[in-house]
Amino acid sequence: MTDPRNLMPTTTGTAQIGLSVPNVTVRGPEVPRNIEALDPVFTVSGLSVFYGDYEAVRGVDMTIGNREITAMIGPSGCGKSTVLRCFNRMNDLIPGARAAGKILYHDEDLYGDHVDPIEVRRRIGMVFQKPNPFPKSIYDNIAYGPRVNGLKGKMDDIVEEALTKAALWDEVKDKIKQNALSLSGGQQQRLCIARAIAVKPDVILMDEPCSALDPIATTKIEDLMQELSRDYTIVIVTHNMQQAARVSDRTAFFTAEVDSAGVRHGRLVEFDETSRIFTNPSDKRTEDYITGRFG
Amino acid sequence: MAILSTPRSAVQLASRGRPLKEHLFRIALLASLAIALVFLTLLIVYVVEEGWPRLDSTLWENQPSIRRPETAGIQSGIFGTLWIIGLTALMALPTGILAAIYLEEYADKTKWYNRLLELNISNLAAVPSIVYGILGLGIIARWMAFGFTIMTGAITISLLVLPIVIISAREAIRAVPPSIREGSLALGATQWQTIYRQVLPASIPGIATGSILALSRAIGEAAPFLMLGAATLVRFNPEGVWSSFSVLPLQIYSFISRPQEEFAVLAAAAIVVLLAILLLMNSVAIWLRNRYQKRW
Repeated sequence: MTDPRNLMPTTTGTAQIGLSVPNVTVRGPEVPRNIEALDPVFTVSGLSVFYGDYEAVRGVDMTIGNREITAMIGPSGCGKSTVLRCFNRMNDLIPGARAAGKILYHDEDLYGDHVDPIEVRRRIGMVFQKPNPFPKSIYDNIAYGPRVNGLKGKMDDIVEEALTKAALWDEVKDKIKQNALSLSGGQQQRLCIARAIAVKPDVILMDEPCSALDPIATTKIEDLMQELSRDYTIVIVTHNMQQAARVSDRTAFFTAEVDSAGVRHGRLVEFDETSRIFTNPSDKRTEDYITGRFG
Repeated sequence: MAILSTPRSAVQLASRGRPLKEHLFRIALLASLAIALVFLTLLIVYVVEEGWPRLDSTLWENQPSIRRPETAGIQSGIFGTLWIIGLTALMALPTGILAAIYLEEYADKTKWYNRLLELNISNLAAVPSIVYGILGLGIIARWMAFGFTIMTGAITISLLVLPIVIISAREAIRAVPPSIREGSLALGATQWQTIYRQVLPASIPGIATGSILALSRAIGEAAPFLMLGAATLVRFNPEGVWSSFSVLPLQIYSFISRPQEEFAVLAAAAIVVLLAILLLMNSVAIWLRNRYQKRW
């Protein structure tokens, strides 16, 4: 606790570093903002997500840096997956789901009227908790995205490139026409990553990508994420704090809070460089969570 | 060492009289199954035995005749049934599958009109077939002036099987895991691309199975045709959708209601043919299900 910046809670909530972030006031003084990404891909300001009348997440402000790995951690039900699913507008698919506030993707308002969610999802890929390969061949799994998006180029090359990038090519090159469901869980998840890469996205969102995998497969995915962060911006939701500490550049800690009316809302407690979150958090709740006293 | 010193009585692994109950339950299950199977076998043995003298080529080579029951055939009925089922499949399957896609993939279930639709489709599936016959007679044959033709019969039967096709297609579509749809949409596919390239191919085996079983039900129907006044002793095969026609169940019904012993034999032989067509269709359904079944 030597950095004086962390001893004094920021009450205005404006960005201290990162001038590209618009000057917004955080809804509550309990959400301090410390360090913002210098080259943001996403700039989130005052994001609240509703399911019908229920406000699942309230007042999130954060930035996602270009070609960085940003981890979102926190106990179950704190809204981290909900926030993640706003980044590619997957929440649109849930009837009654609605986002208030603003998410800028580069300079574009992600929830602007003219924005086509289909186009958003092509640029912002997603990998899910449970590997979900299509019941088709390995080849067709990879080729699916480029095909539906009408991508040009020789399909065989696109498939090989995507599988190579996902560190799966050597394992599957001899059985590319086999059903993807015959692969192991870890291979299936890397296939899903390759499938996301094949449409040449800008960002890859990962929603607890390792929670269904064994430790060895998890290590492979983590190595792969490091590798991919050279070319892609990655946002990962994880329950595994060690994973966040190992792979990410920045970490956002979410928790669920009960407001005066007795309703639970997900809140962003602290957002900072991962090293700082894990060694010198500025919020007591973050410290309690990462030291295992809560959550 | 602590484990070894545990007294024997502490661990109760001995049987507590469960096997008897288990056995009784098993026997009850098998007995229920046996009742169904025994009666089906009895039925088949009975009709084959009864119809055996007429199970030769004259049965499907000849047309029905009142004067010569010993050589009368059922050719017009076989062709009539095939025409009706073929035309029904052409009309009811696309409509039913598209309706199922709407209800499963597009309909907002929180809207009252969609819930009303669902409720009514379940109700329609339970409406007795003769009611569809009345509908066909009143609206299609008379009001639309389609007369007593293949077209009228096929439209009526289509309406009869449509709810069943919709319900079974919905179940097949619902069996496709949501994660497949999410995976597709997350790659930037449109909703229609997702349905056409992922959901439908994955649910086709289930849809096909349900559709065939629905058509099998239609094949055995006599009541709506009775209501429509389809002829029983048509002596020519249908030439098109505007021909008059008869179907196998109706011919069987008319043979059985005649006093001569030869007609009873002919009816039994016709039942064997009808059963054979049904079993064939059901086998295709089972084969399709096993062959293309998806496992997630």
